[in-house]
Amino acid sequence: MATPASTPAPAPENAVVKWIDQRLPIFEFVRHHLKDYPTPRNLNYLWNFGSIAGVMLVVMIVTGVMLAMQYTAHVDLAFDSVERIMREVNYGWLLRYLHMNGGSFFFLAIYIHLFRGMYYGSYKAPREILWWLGLIILVLMMMTAFTGYVLPWGQMSYWAATVITNLFSAIPWVGDSVVTWLWGGFSVDNPTLNRFYALHYLLPFMIFAVVFVHLWALHTVKSNNPLGVEPKTRQDTIPFHPYYTAKDFFGFGMFFLVYLAIVFFAPNLFSEPDNYIPANSLVTPPHIVPEWYFLPYYAILRSIPDKLLGVIAMFGSILILFFLPWLDRSKIKSGKFRPIFKQLFWLLVADSIVLGWVGGNRPDELFYSVSFLTIGRVATAYYFGHFLVLLPAIASIEKPKPVPESISAAVGAKSKD
Amino acid sequence: MRALRQISLAAALAALFAAQAAAEEVPAPDWSFTGIFGTYDKAAARRGFEVYKNVCSACHSLNLVYYRNLQQIGYSEDEVKTIAAERQVTDGPNDQGEMFQRPARPTDRFVPPFANDVLARLANNGALPPDLSVIVKARKGGADYIFDLLNGFVDLPEDFTVPDGMFYNAAFPGYAIAMPPALSDGAVTYADQTPATVPQMAQDVTTFLNWAAEPELDARKKLGLRTMMFLVLLTAMLYAVKRKVWSKLH
Repeated sequence: MATPASTPAPAPENAVVKWIDQRLPIFEFVRHHLKDYPTPRNLNYLWNFGSIAGVMLVVMIVTGVMLAMQYTAHVDLAFDSVERIMREVNYGWLLRYLHMNGGSFFFLAIYIHLFRGMYYGSYKAPREILWWLGLIILVLMMMTAFTGYVLPWGQMSYWAATVITNLFSAIPWVGDSVVTWLWGGFSVDNPTLNRFYALHYLLPFMIFAVVFVHLWALHTVKSNNPLGVEPKTRQDTIPFHPYYTAKDFFGFGMFFLVYLAIVFFAPNLFSEPDNYIPANSLVTPPHIVPEWYFLPYYAILRSIPDKLLGVIAMFGSILILFFLPWLDRSKIKSGKFRPIFKQLFWLLVADSIVLGWVGGNRPDELFYSVSFLTIGRVATAYYFGHFLVLLPAIASIEKPKPVPESISAAVGAKSKD
Repeated sequence: MRALRQISLAAALAALFAAQAAAEEVPAPDWSFTGIFGTYDKAAARRGFEVYKNVCSACHSLNLVYYRNLQQIGYSEDEVKTIAAERQVTDGPNDQGEMFQRPARPTDRFVPPFANDVLARLANNGALPPDLSVIVKARKGGADYIFDLLNGFVDLPEDFTVPDGMFYNAAFPGYAIAMPPALSDGAVTYADQTPATVPQMAQDVTTFLNWAAEPELDARKKLGLRTMMFLVLLTAMLYAVKRKVWSKLH
């Protein structure tokens, strides 16, 4: 069997490359991190979603900058300026629909990436900081998505901004002052729109910076893999290029087939019709709902009768993930070898989907004879129960399956079958 | 008390059945513009414009649409000039510093029926007729809903009351709508001699309004089909490359 990872990087031949590298080793950096980077040879297609998320970030920034050249952040003009982009700007409809649906697909990629990390124990030592950086990116993405949703200044924009900013009024003593400070006035109004626009332009570049640190941490501790067994010899890894570049590009193609099908043929599938009604502070929509990727958090918020505790639970649902490396006490990384964990993982996925479904319905509505409020409460309790009770408990009960000695041993055994 | 409850229940049921019956009476048409190959039926959109111009535009503005946009649904440049010139717009100031009236040009937006919302409310019993530019995108159900609404002015079910100045509409949430039934058979005389029945006008004007809301639809789907064909080929090739590269490993 060939061992492509074993050849050391040759010194650059080209005189210009050499000259530059001696002053700023940029070519060496690229070779080291994008070409030679030793990657476990057994990564499955779920490992594609990290690079897909990276591509989506670039798509969002490029389309976003171009939209910003045409958008007007003023309460009297914002709605019409978005429609003007759709109607008058060359391919403006394409830019706007790419950006609008890009948000959904960015979150889709990130959620798959996150659940993949959970299943294969990618948060365990030595990858805790890598995991935290990913969660920080998620939080920044949520802030970016929320501020971006406000910009078209439709009914849902306005009322989502009102509902979410009002959450901060739950903070004891200073809550109302904080909300006034966030608004820049006494209601969601022009100053709010202006600052949200500024933040919506700023935050993606912060995401970009954290992505770099995330990759720095990744390349320090190296990629986890479906077996959760760290690479031991050169047999266990292959160079990133051409193997994973080829695989990643195929992944981009598949992902874009779905993303662009929505952009071109059902561009408003994920959005609420109400957001095509200009913002009106005097008319509250009958049903205020966030975008689909926020629905589970919305369900958690509404399942708790106390406002402050609801807000704490909502933020806690993300915060708890920071403690995952210590809540899961099992030494075995991959869910593949953990029979109980594996089932609990899928229950958590199902629970998250249930929370999303609850978040999209009114709490007083009934599903058969059970109110969505009740379903939401059970699902919220299960969500926290998973992390605080079940996950710590199973580590001592579970009898894991035998873990292979090395990646190459497992891959070799598989190819001999 | 129980009798009262039974009566109100019966009334509610009657209303429900009436609503269903009305909805079933005129099924929503197969729109030309749905599906991945769907494009606007331009003749229908032009008939729809005639309905908008002669009926809807008395109360409803279309602020995001320019007269020049009408060329997209098959009007010639001269026809658009004539259509625009039928309405007056305020322009200026002129070199005397005064505002003046002039006929609208193709580069003007559709002239709204009322100078402001207060006037619009005054003329409409306190209700504000919504702008129709993106109405199809702004309602759940889209074109089907608009079509049902326009066909939804059926006889008031027994024991169902609507407030003064409101009208019963089987498709409208809450059934009481401030808009009077504007369409009646023969309300417009189509230039292409199509008989102007209410369902026909509803279908045409909904097509026109869908075009007003999504003027990019034809271009979007055309580019979409090309993009998808390219992407399928590219992805297949990328898969072949991936297979080839990885075959060296084993």
